[in-house]
Amino acid sequence: MTRILSQTKSASVNPLKSSQPLGAALAFLGIDGAVPLFHGIQGCTSFALVLFVRHFKEAIPLQTTAMDEVTTILGGSDNLEQAILNLKTRTNPKLIGVCTTALVETRGEDCAGDIADIRLKRAEELAGTEIVLANTPDFSGAIEQGWAKAVSAMIEGMTRPGERARQSKKIAILPGWNLTVADIEHLREMVEGFGLNPVILPDVSGSLDGTVPDWWVTTTYGGTSVEDIRELGAAAHCIAIGEHMRHPAEVLQKMTGVPYVLFESLTGLKDADRFVSLLSVISGESVPASVRRRRAQLQDALLDGHFHFGGKKIAIAAEPDQLYQLATFFTGMGSEIAAAVTTTDMSKVLERVPAASIQIGDLSDLEALAGGADLLVTHSHGRQASQRLGIPLMRVGFPVFDRLGSQHKLSILYQGTRDLVFEVANMFQANRHAPTPEKLDPFRKRETPDGPR
Amino acid sequence: MSSLSAKIQDVFNEPACDKNCGKDAKARKEGCSKPLTPGAAAGGCAFDGAKIVLQPITDVAHLVHAPLACEGNSWDNRGAASSGATLWRTSFTTDLTELDVVMGQGERKLFKAIREIKEAYAPPAIFVYSTCVTALIGDDIEAVCKRAGEKFGLAVVPVNAPGLAGSKNLGNKLAAEALLEHVIGTVEPDDAGPYDINILGEFNLSGEFWLVKPLLDRLGIRVRACIPGDARYLDVASAHRARAAMMVCSTALINLARKMEERWDIPFFEGSFYGITDTSEALRNIAELLVKKGADPEILARTETLIAQEEAIAWKKLEAYRRRLQGKRLVLNTGGVKSWSIVHALMEIGIEIVGTSVKKSTLEDKERIKQDDNHMFEQMAARDLYAMLSEGKADIMLSGGRTQFIALKAKTPWLDINQERQHPYAGYDGMVELVRQIDLAIHNPIWRQVREPAPWDCQPAMKDEPPSTTSGTASLHALKKFTGTTPTISASVEETR
Repeated sequence: MTRILSQTKSASVNPLKSSQPLGAALAFLGIDGAVPLFHGIQGCTSFALVLFVRHFKEAIPLQTTAMDEVTTILGGSDNLEQAILNLKTRTNPKLIGVCTTALVETRGEDCAGDIADIRLKRAEELAGTEIVLANTPDFSGAIEQGWAKAVSAMIEGMTRPGERARQSKKIAILPGWNLTVADIEHLREMVEGFGLNPVILPDVSGSLDGTVPDWWVTTTYGGTSVEDIRELGAAAHCIAIGEHMRHPAEVLQKMTGVPYVLFESLTGLKDADRFVSLLSVISGESVPASVRRRRAQLQDALLDGHFHFGGKKIAIAAEPDQLYQLATFFTGMGSEIAAAVTTTDMSKVLERVPAASIQIGDLSDLEALAGGADLLVTHSHGRQASQRLGIPLMRVGFPVFDRLGSQHKLSILYQGTRDLVFEVANMFQANRHAPTPEKLDPFRKRETPDGPR
Repeated sequence: MSSLSAKIQDVFNEPACDKNCGKDAKARKEGCSKPLTPGAAAGGCAFDGAKIVLQPITDVAHLVHAPLACEGNSWDNRGAASSGATLWRTSFTTDLTELDVVMGQGERKLFKAIREIKEAYAPPAIFVYSTCVTALIGDDIEAVCKRAGEKFGLAVVPVNAPGLAGSKNLGNKLAAEALLEHVIGTVEPDDAGPYDINILGEFNLSGEFWLVKPLLDRLGIRVRACIPGDARYLDVASAHRARAAMMVCSTALINLARKMEERWDIPFFEGSFYGITDTSEALRNIAELLVKKGADPEILARTETLIAQEEAIAWKKLEAYRRRLQGKRLVLNTGGVKSWSIVHALMEIGIEIVGTSVKKSTLEDKERIKQDDNHMFEQMAARDLYAMLSEGKADIMLSGGRTQFIALKAKTPWLDINQERQHPYAGYDGMVELVRQIDLAIHNPIWRQVREPAPWDCQPAMKDEPPSTTSGTASLHALKKFTGTTPTISASVEETR
């Protein structure tokens, strides 16, 4: 059983978290024709926007209700209304995703009530635009919760409730935030390979995949369509990926009766097998030859790669589901999780992470625990720790701002696991220390008072 | 909050700012930035502005008293460079949780956080930033800082610039107020000399101040404090003993320059190290101010000699680019590097300025730009700018990261000249570097590739050789075209640009 150690420091040093509204905004960015709107000070939006841009290298539609001193005292409902109307006239989005911030939540604003009023009062002007609210104060949660809340809010607010005729080939897929553009694209191809019709919510592969449109757009272009979200209840099955997507899947089930299956991770041979078997059962089709071929390639990658992984000590800092995904991958290859740091103790997946203990904390905790590790695994902010410790850094999650192409990195199913094996094995090979007489001297180890390391 | 609003009113009254003096009393009370439009606003908050100004002080621990977003979404994100200490790149925040907010544990957590930092990092000072939520719940950071300072025996400086107070620019000024109130003048240097100066508002982005400092060294001028670029706490604390000051980024720290003049009789001038003539002018002004304050006048002649020498070298280097850049059309869309002097140097080598944003320029700059009959715009909507660029009306845009995708998606060369830029542009060498980067950007071979339509979308080519013409030579010709031996497609596209 994994021990979960709570945070005891007062000063968080080198945060691991990005804020909850940012996670919600990311989910809204996976919807076609959407604009996320932060209900707060312009700075809340500005910081998130800059971080998104540094990660995706894309223009990101993200707006603010621009609260100030006066509205902080008197209330922000007028700003919310004005912002929604302005967005409607200027960009005519299909969806405005309102994410609250710490400021309005500390004030205790009734944003749901405000939005209901606005929709009633301005029904005519706002026709054709959905407005969805995610309550995402910065003082709790992180990306994972924000993302899940936004998905739940979209299902609650937009999906037509009630049992209905099911389309046997239609599968609703609710991916966790840690799936990249490449992951989603691959997932879709895999599901379609079985003759199934996947509806993916949210679908960042349509909106954040880095293309050059021939016109200037001020909303997202691509992603899940609003109509598809409305019709989600017609799916025969729902597949949720990541423990944090359990709640959205349950919401969908409660509203429409669509049953769900939850995968904590799609990385690694076993989980990929489970997933592919499920598709085969749902579709009644046998596993295509190309998928069998990929599986064989992964088997071979495991054979070739395991030499490099065995006995290696890995230090990971990531949000719960990504921590689980990576930790199970590494232990599955024969490595050991020497340090595990995560953002919150709220996730049930933590107790299944294959590590002796998990610290709720920040990157300074990772740095303190990672001494002697062979590899650091976290986002780009781990670069300072990596430099100080002299341990290579594998960049995962968000933000990755000092390497290009993180969105096109595949790490799920047979092909993604194969790529991951190669990537890590190559990092180990690139950082191998050459043998020296001093390091190998049999008497050297005996001189240390603590005995052999 | 009452002391904060008094301070805000104080910084809104800025006798050294032309723009501010031009306003009547009522307009002045409104502050420098226009009220924001909800749903159509861009830009940072006062906390952002304060952090930008203070964070490059490299050996200080910067502690942000806030829920996660304020620091967690923004740390280690600016390209200021340090020649030594790295503590400023370590991020400290109280990361307030729901429980902290509800139970009112903010002040206690802040105090403990200060102790932890003092014990683990022993910095010469800790700067504590208030933010929206901690201002709203009424945490008294000034009292906590005072108590912690006394208890732990180090400087703990409250920076009272919560985001809700206003714009980034206001935050810049509130940060300067914090320095004036708590830092500058608290340490007496034992080595003050007649050639000591302060540089205010220089951020040392990409280390660019190191392109300038050797010039000052050569003249025997010592930088007592460069605020904030590559500064140490002690430099800033003893900055009041400089003889003269240069204010670099004019809108950011004017209150700091003026009040240092009032309090410690340090005369200042507004200058810039961007562009050749401005760099020379800055060196000249520094020498003159020092002489006025009692330095040996022989420095004036030495300065002129250095200027003549360096200018000649720089112009000669720039001349080499004339052949490649003559007639190229450039859009300058930025609030940051807005120096007239850059425009001047670019025009000098034959670059044509087809658009200049003057949103943050001074009245004086605007006048100079106007005289030259350029295409000046206050602020252009993204859509219009995109249209202008995609119609090929400019060969390159220089701007900040925020607008980069307007240029890139319009398949137009772009160069970052704001805080995230990769290259140093200050001083004589910096100007040459800027022009070199413009040259590299414009002439990169990718532009021809990305502008070319996919071969199957290329209508004229298909009309010339319809696939139904099945004569042997025609299909061979078509094949050649697709294997890239006939350059007709790319050539025709190149001409239309």
